[in-house]
Formats: sequence, C-alpha cells, structure tokens
Amino acid sequence: MISLHGLTKEFPGGVRAIDALDLEIADGEFFALLGPSGCGKTTLLRTIAGLETPTRGRVAIGGVDVTATPPGRRDVAMVFQDYALFPHMDVTDNIAYPLRIRKVPRAERRARAAETAARLSLAELLARRPGQLSGGQQQRVALARAIACHPRAFLFDEPLSNLDARLRLEARTFLKRLQRDLAVTTVFVTHDQGEALALADRVAVMSGGRIMQVGTPAEVFQRPASTFVASFIGSTPMNLLPGEVRGGGLRVAGARLPLPQEAAGLPEGAGVVYGVRPEYVDLSPAPRPGAFAGRVAVLENLGTAHLVTLEVPAEDGEPPAGSEPGGATVQAVVPEGGEPALGEAVWAAPRHERALVYHDDVLLTRAPDRAAR
Amino acid sequence: MSGGRAHAGHMVRRIGVFAFFSVVLAFFSLPMLWLATAPFDANPSITVSVPEFTLANFRAILDNPYALGSLGNSVLQAGGAALVVVTLAATAAYALSRVRVPGRDALLYVLLLLSSIVTGTAAMVPIFELATRLNLIDTHLGVILTVSGGLLPAAIFILKDFMDATPTSYEESARVFGAGPVQILLHVAVPLVRPGLATIAVWAVANVWGGFLLQFILIRDPQRAPGSVVLYTLYTEGGQPDLSLLSAFSLLYSLPVVLMYLFVSTRYGFRFHGGIKR
Repeated sequence: MISLHGLTKEFPGGVRAIDALDLEIADGEFFALLGPSGCGKTTLLRTIAGLETPTRGRVAIGGVDVTATPPGRRDVAMVFQDYALFPHMDVTDNIAYPLRIRKVPRAERRARAAETAARLSLAELLARRPGQLSGGQQQRVALARAIACHPRAFLFDEPLSNLDARLRLEARTFLKRLQRDLAVTTVFVTHDQGEALALADRVAVMSGGRIMQVGTPAEVFQRPASTFVASFIGSTPMNLLPGEVRGGGLRVAGARLPLPQEAAGLPEGAGVVYGVRPEYVDLSPAPRPGAFAGRVAVLENLGTAHLVTLEVPAEDGEPPAGSEPGGATVQAVVPEGGEPALGEAVWAAPRHERALVYHDDVLLTRAPDRAAR
Repeated sequence: MSGGRAHAGHMVRRIGVFAFFSVVLAFFSLPMLWLATAPFDANPSITVSVPEFTLANFRAILDNPYALGSLGNSVLQAGGAALVVVTLAATAAYALSRVRVPGRDALLYVLLLLSSIVTGTAAMVPIFELATRLNLIDTHLGVILTVSGGLLPAAIFILKDFMDATPTSYEESARVFGAGPVQILLHVAVPLVRPGLATIAVWAVANVWGGFLLQFILIRDPQRAPGSVVLYTLYTEGGQPDLSLLSAFSLLYSLPVVLMYLFVSTRYGFRFHGGIKR
C-alpha cells in the first residue's frame, strides 16, 4: 500500500507542484495519475520514487514511512518516459543491472535476466544494444528491467507516450495483462484520459497540484465531480452549458428543460452548469420539447459515427448569467448514416437521465443534504 | 560561337582555381614531404629532393644518449597529464553539469579566460619560482601538474557540454535501482561520455607532446627532458642545425602521436559535431 499524507512540493522560485495532497493506493492496484501537463502528476510520481524530496508531508510504502529514504532503498522500480536504457549495455546487462547493484553473482543475474526476457518475448534480442531495438522492444526491455528486481511497486512515467499510435494500443493491452499477472501495485502517470480509463483500476484526476477526483474509470467518466474533470475525461469533450433555475425548470441555451431531482433544492434564479456528453444527445430534424434548437456548424467524421457541432443562437430576453453573448455550442455524436447536412436546422435533445448539474462547480447528487447547498 | 566563348571562359576559370589550390596544397604539403624524405637522405638539406637512400641518420640518432630516452619522458609526461586532466575534468564537469551552483557559467568563463594567461608565457617566471620552492624542478610531476593546470579549464568546459547533452533519466534510473554516486559515475556517466573522454585525453597528450617552453624551463637535466626539448639540442659543433639528426628524430618524434590518433579514432571514434557536442 502506498499512502501520501499532506504531501506538498514547492520548487525554488515558489512554484507549488503538489499541494497538500492525500492519497491511498491499495496493494495490487493499477492506479493512474491523470492530468494536463504541469498539473504535478510527474512530480508526484518522482516524489513516490524518492527522486524529489517533499517540502512537507509524508510518503509511506507498505506501512513504512519512506519520506527520508533514498530511492534505492524504497523497493520500487521506475520506468521512465524515455525508458533510460543504458546505450552502452546489451539487453541482458540492462535487465540485470538492478541485480548487479544488489551484488547478485554474474551467472545468476544473467540467468534471471534471460528468464524475465523470455517472459516478455525478448529472448532473441538478448545480445542487442538498445539502439538496435524498436520502440516497442525498448519499452519491453525497460519493463523487464523493472520486473527482474521484484519490487514492491512499479512506477511508470508516461509508459506509452513514446510509441506510435498503433503500437500504443497493442502495448496498452499487453501492459494491462502483465500487471494483472504480476499483481504488483502499479502507479502510472498519463495525460491521455483514454489510456487512464482503459488501464487503471482507479484514476486520480489532477489539476494545479491537487487531486480533483479519485474513482474507478466508470465513476470519473459517468459522474465527474467538477466541470474540470467533466471537460478532461471523455474522447469528445462534454457539453457544459450555463443555465439557471427558472419557473420550476432549467433554462439552458434557449431550451426549457425539466428540473432534475438533484437540483430540486436550488432557489429560483440559481446559476448552474448543465453537462451532458455528446454521446447522450439525440438529434431530430423536427422541433421537440426540451431540446436545443440550432444549426449544424461543423461535421467531423469519427469513423463509425459523426461528431456534429451545433450553433445555438442567443435566446430572446435575458440570457442566463455566464452564457456566451453569441449563443452556445452544443455537440452531439450521431451514428453513421444519421448525420444531418451542414447548415441544416436541427433540434438536439439531451437524455435527462444522463445529464449532470453543477452548482458552484460541484456536482449535484440525489442525496438531499447535498442538494440543499 | 558565343557558346564556345563561354565554354573557354569557364575552362580558364577552372584552370585558375586548380592552379591556386595546387599552390596552397604544395605550401602545406612540402614540410610533410620533407619529413618523409629527409630522414632517409644521406645529405639532407632544407629543400625537398629525391633522397640518396640510407638509414645512417637513424643509426646516428640512436647513438645520441638522450634521443630515445626523451621519447620515453614525453610518454610519461603526456600520459600523466592526460590522466590527471581526464580524471579531474570528468568529475568536475559531472558535478558542474548536475548540481546547481549559483554563477556557474560565469565561473567557467573566468576559468577559461584565466587559464590561457596562467600557463601562458607571461607566467613563466612565477611558475619557475613556484616550482623551485616546491622542489619540482627537474621532475616529471612538476611538468605534469603545470601543464594539467593549463589544460583543465578548457577540458572541464568541453566535458561539461558532453555531460549536459546526456539525459538525467539514465542516472535517475540507476538511482532508483539503488546505485550509489560512485557506481552511477562509473557504470553510467563515464561510459555515456566516453567519446568525450577520449577526445580530451588525445587533445591533452597532443598538447603536452608538442609543448616546449614549459618543459624547457622546468627540466634542466637532459636525462628527463622530453622529445620537444631534445629536438632543440640537435646542433653540429659549428652551431648549425644538424639536419640529418634533426630530420630522423623529427620523424621518430611525430610517429607516436600519429599512431595514437589512429588507434583512438578507430577504437572510440571522435565525435565532433559543430565543434564540441556529440
């Protein structure tokens, strides 16, 4: 188990990369640190490894406080984004290097390196230098080197970002199977939400050195706790539309929508952000109640579907506070064959059971105490 | 017709260019040619001519009591200085590249600037004075320390560039696996900058091998004089340069450096791109 308590890292010059962060990662868990660049996720991983010393707070691995322990004695293995394979050593020597540091006899460490390499289908490449390997092979050598020293935890820094797009999918499946087989606690850093959702048992979404939400991939995808998480997770960004409570319903981008149960406690005139994923928006060519009326501005082909961007004109009368003066933009994903023509007038109806309502940037839930905020 | 004239003009221009480069090439190759022919000439002069072949010049130089020994002294002094320069420059450059020191770049530039003055001709008197008081006159150590002092700043400067070009993730990776600072230096940092170390070593050897003034001043005893100083003593009784001895010794004196260049460049390969970086 890896636990972090009140962890803060400030760099000289006052930049706070990690801000009073608490986190618990369970044994055997595949855990993703997800966030945009500069959110502190790599610094957090390096602090767990011991390559950075926290300004305040504690790091514990397996119940032992390792805050002051040098990286080599934490019993973790790290795979770097550039793999950091030693270019002057062949594959065997690279994999055996951690064992060499632990003074394992030469014959034994070579045997163990060969065994680990065989497991990762590297048996034919043992005599090669890293420069003679493809990106995918280099990644597997880096993994083999981490596995060969049987650590208590793996730390991966952007493990897939140096691979080209097609290989990345293959490596992702491989990595997931490997982690499941080894059942070793693994923390990895990524800026790719798809990678985090696909690989991890749990995801921590980070921004500005803080954790915005921790949850299973399903939780952070279906019920993002804030508009930041909502906009960051999902291959097409969620529609986040400003609206307000008016006359027992919601007034959003010119449409009158029924008041969701979780927003029942809000007073008349309260400002909200209405969120719905483009996948949960249905288009129809005829007017419908509870739908946004707009014109097709952009059509993007996603292969088996189309991403349709609608321009919804500014409504008559007073628009809700915070809405754009020129109207709103609503996106919908339409299955192949059903896409409208460019410039066509269409009505976009959100599926209300999938919609999320944010008040003061907090997701409203059905629990009555929360709704009363 | 105008096409033919343009062609003729083109030819004249080309002939002019070739003639110019032939003169330049001859200017630089004649001394080399002299070094190749004169040692084997029974009556060498300062002009290049087809030699009357003989090996007597080499027999004569081997009879000189100091000639062969001086080459040994050169090897000792050049090798010693190269060892000192590479070891100290590598550790200093590694530290300067990896540890944040305030005013680091200014320090490096000042060192580089001063080094050319410190071991330059202007400092000969204080260096001689210092060496006398430290009993370093007539010792190999005196020469090694003095020339190393002069070469170190430039060596640190060049090696720091090599170290800067090496990603820190190699060392961090080794650190996470439990390697200590000395292991990281020996297992990771040094092998990664080996071409740089080879370059510095060769550069130091060539510098010391060809150096004259410092060695001439610090070494009085001909038993310990390096080749460059002994070369200066090869005169006839009449005070004229003894060309037969001089030419033969010049060839012997230059061969080791040429061999070293060939060896190091096949073994490690010099990697100079744009001056310094790998």
